[in-house]
Amino acid sequence: MSARYLPLAGFALVLALLGFGIYWSQKHDPREVPSPLIGKPAPQFSLPLLDDPSRKIGTAELAGQPYLLNVFASWCFACRDEHPILMSDGTRLGIKLVGFNYKDEPADAKRWIAQFGDPYDVTIADYAGDVAIDFGVTGAPETFLVDAKGIVRYKYISPITPEVIATELLPRISILKKEAGG
Amino acid sequence: MSANSPGVAPFVSVLIALMLMLSTFAYAIDPLPFKDHAEELRFQALAKQLRCLVCQNESLADSNAPLAADLRRDVFEQIQAGKTDAEIKAWLTARYSDFVLYDPPLRPGTWLLWFGPLLVLIAGGAAIFGVVRRRAKAAALATAPARAASDVEDDW
Repeated sequence: MSARYLPLAGFALVLALLGFGIYWSQKHDPREVPSPLIGKPAPQFSLPLLDDPSRKIGTAELAGQPYLLNVFASWCFACRDEHPILMSDGTRLGIKLVGFNYKDEPADAKRWIAQFGDPYDVTIADYAGDVAIDFGVTGAPETFLVDAKGIVRYKYISPITPEVIATELLPRISILKKEAGG
Repeated sequence: MSANSPGVAPFVSVLIALMLMLSTFAYAIDPLPFKDHAEELRFQALAKQLRCLVCQNESLADSNAPLAADLRRDVFEQIQAGKTDAEIKAWLTARYSDFVLYDPPLRPGTWLLWFGPLLVLIAGGAAIFGVVRRRAKAAALATAPARAASDVEDDW
């Protein structure tokens, strides 16, 4: 092969690079903010219950068993798509489902839950959004899987679908249950 | 001389252009009680280096997203508490990863990002250097007696 094909080879290289870029951006959302919390302890928090602001629940009360923390809000349109899935498939998860009401008016959130149903074992309200910032929440819905030791094991951004439950959540939850059993 | 006369029109358009340019310095700033102007400048310089996580093409200084307002308030409070810019950035990256910084930090994982362009420049420079040297040699041989002509053909 003579050197006259060198520019062609260079062009092919650039083409391959661009092609890989397109392929990569279709598999990965470039806007998705990676969570530095994975593998680290969940931030310490204690937040009032949505139903009863005089009672507080936090890291201390939730420790000892794995739980799924689901960030939602009545102002969040995508949460409306997610909610029926949590209603129908929430019990399939087999772990505690904690609702995290994010920067929401309590009255709106309560009405929303009354209207669409309550899939949560317990719902806490972060009116100011401070705890959400500690969790690195950028919006709703977002979902965190926290293990019995309080370590964040997984984060999912955007609405949960039955596929996400089957392929992402259930395998990880079964690992957590094995860890708890062993 | 009216404002429409040719002598004034360029000045008016320059003035309008300047005003439009200055408008980009308008920030989505909440009325934060800064101690002094220096502190405000420091806050704005820092907020410009931080990405809004919601509208990701906007800096924390520009964004009107509620989360950006919350984060601006947190940054402001940490400035009040005497934290350095590096400490504030570390606080944010612990929550939102390096994504929150417009300038990615320099470490082994980002070497290719920072020095990749330099590598491409060196590779391109080397390629051009090689081509030029070969052509110069070919030209020198072409002017030389015809016995070298076949070698030149092989070279290209």
